[in-house]
Amino acid sequence: MQTSTSWRSFRMAAWLGWVIESNWTDPFLFAVYSIVKPVSGAAILVIMYGIISQGNFDSAMFPYIYLGNAFYIYVGAVMTGVSWAVVDDREHYKTLKYMYIAPIHIPLYLLGRGVARFITGSIAVFITLAAGILFLNVRINFAEVNWLLFFTTLIVGVVMLAMLGLLLAGLTLMTVRHEGFIGEATAGALYIFSGAVFPLNILPEWLQPIGYFMPTTYWLELLRRSLVGNVAAAFPTLANFSDLQILGVLAGLSLFFGTISVYVFRWCDGIARERGLIDRTTNY
Amino acid sequence: MEAVSKKYSHKATGWRLFLKTIIARAYPRIIGQQREISWMVFEVVMPMLAVISYVFVYRALNAPEEYIGFVVMGGAMTAFWMNILWSMSSQLYWEKEQGNLALYIMAPNSMMAILLGMALGGMLATAMRAIAVTLLGMLMFGVTFTVSSYLQLFLVFMLAMVALYGMGMMMASAFLMFGREAWHMANLAQEPIFLASGFYFPIKSLPFWVAAGASVIPLTLGMDAMRQLIFPTGFQFGFMTVQLEIYILAALSVVFLVTAKFLLARVEKLAVREGRITESRR
Repeated sequence: MQTSTSWRSFRMAAWLGWVIESNWTDPFLFAVYSIVKPVSGAAILVIMYGIISQGNFDSAMFPYIYLGNAFYIYVGAVMTGVSWAVVDDREHYKTLKYMYIAPIHIPLYLLGRGVARFITGSIAVFITLAAGILFLNVRINFAEVNWLLFFTTLIVGVVMLAMLGLLLAGLTLMTVRHEGFIGEATAGALYIFSGAVFPLNILPEWLQPIGYFMPTTYWLELLRRSLVGNVAAAFPTLANFSDLQILGVLAGLSLFFGTISVYVFRWCDGIARERGLIDRTTNY
Repeated sequence: MEAVSKKYSHKATGWRLFLKTIIARAYPRIIGQQREISWMVFEVVMPMLAVISYVFVYRALNAPEEYIGFVVMGGAMTAFWMNILWSMSSQLYWEKEQGNLALYIMAPNSMMAILLGMALGGMLATAMRAIAVTLLGMLMFGVTFTVSSYLQLFLVFMLAMVALYGMGMMMASAFLMFGREAWHMANLAQEPIFLASGFYFPIKSLPFWVAAGASVIPLTLGMDAMRQLIFPTGFQFGFMTVQLEIYILAALSVVFLVTAKFLLARVEKLAVREGRITESRR
C-alpha cells in the first residue's frame, strides 16, 4: 500500500508537471521555447570565447566551458523544478493545501513535479550538445566516450540535484515573498562555485574550498572526463584524482546532501504545518 | 464627514488628470522599493551572480581588462531589461490576474498615463539597482570608468531609457492579449536578448546584419554608445559612431511611444470586445 501510494504520488506529479510545463502553447512554440533559451545561453559563452581566443576553438578551454555550461542546464531545471512546485502550487494555483490533504506522499509529489523539468532540461542539454558538435567544433569522439561512467554520473547527479531541490522546497515552504528567488539564487551561486564555465583555480583562494565542498563540481568534472577525457587533464583543479576517486567523492557528497535534504524538508514541513504556512499566499 | 460634504469640483480632468495618474502609478513603484528592501538585495545579487561568472570566464581566458568593465556595465543594464520584461510588458497581465485591470479600464484616467507612470517609477527604481550593480562591480573587480563626454553620455542614457520604456509600453499592450503564455514569453526574452544585444561583449563582434537587427532593441545601441563613452579604448569596439547612435535612439523613442499609444488603444478595444480584461487563464 505504501509503495503504491508513493509510486502514484510520483507518477501523477510527474504527469501534472509535464502538463503544466508543456500545455500553455502549441507544440511548435514549445519546441522553440525549449531550444532558443539554452542555445542562446551557450552562444553568449561561445561568442565571448571566440572574441578573446580569436576563433581558436581547438583549445581545451572551449570544451571545458561548453560542456560545463550544457550540463549545468540540469542544475537549474531539476533543482529549481522541484522547489518551484511549492511556489506554483501555493501562490499561483493555490492548490498546495489540497495536495497536503490528499492521500499522497508530499516529498515524492514534489520530486515528481521536477520530472517534467528534467525532461525539458534533457532536451535542452541534448540540443545544446548537438549544436556544439555540429556547428561549434566541440569534438566528442563517440567511440572513446566512457558511456558507463557517463550514465552512472548522470544518474547520480540528477538524483543529487533532485534531493537538493527538496531541500530548497523545504526552505521555500517557510519563506514569504522571496521564495521565487531561492532556487535561482542557489543555481546562480553553484554556477560560480562548481567551476561550471571556468576552472576552480580562477576563483580567489579563499573561495575555492566552497567549490570543493559542492557535489556539482565533481559531477561536472566526471561528465567532462567521460565525454572528452583529455580536457580534464588540461586543468589542475582535480587532475590528481582518478575517475573512480571523483565518483566516490560525488557519491559521498550526494549521500551527505541527500540525507541533509530529507531532514531539512521534514523539519521545515513540520514547522509549516504548525504555523499554517501551507495555504498562505502573499500575492507576490 | 467633511470629505463627503466637500464640493465635487476638485475632480482633475484633462492634462491634470493625466499627470496625476502618472504620479499615482509611479508612486507605488518607488515607495514599494523602500517597503521591501530585501527584494532589492535579491535584485542586485541575481545580476551580480551572472556578472561574477562572466568576469571569471574572461579572466580564465586572459581577456583584456576592458572586457571586465563591459560585463559589469552589461550586468547593470540587465536590471532595466528585466524591469521591461517583468514590470512593464507583463504588468498588465499581472494586473489582470489580480483583478486590477478592470478597475484601470473603468476609471476615468488614460491607460497611456498608467503605462507612463509605470515606466517612470520603474525607471527610477531600477536605476538604483543598476547603480548598486555598477558600484559592486567597481569594488569587486577594480573596474574604472573614464567618461569622454558627460553630455553625450547623459543624452545616450536618457534616449535609451525613453526608447526602451516606450518599447515596454508597446509590449504591455501585446501582453494584454496573452494568458498563461505571458510568463513564458517574458522568460523567453531573456537570454536571446542578452545575446543579441551584446550585454556581455561588444555588439561589433556579431555579424553586421545580426547587430543591425538587434539595434531595434534600444539597449543594444545604448550600451554600445555608452561603452565608447566610458572606456578609454571603447571606441575601438563601437558598432557605429556615438552621434549616429544618438540619432537612431531618438528615432526609436518617437516610433515606440507613438506605436505604444496606437497599439494600446487598439488592443484595449479588442480585449474589451473579447472579454479578456477580467479573464484569468491559469
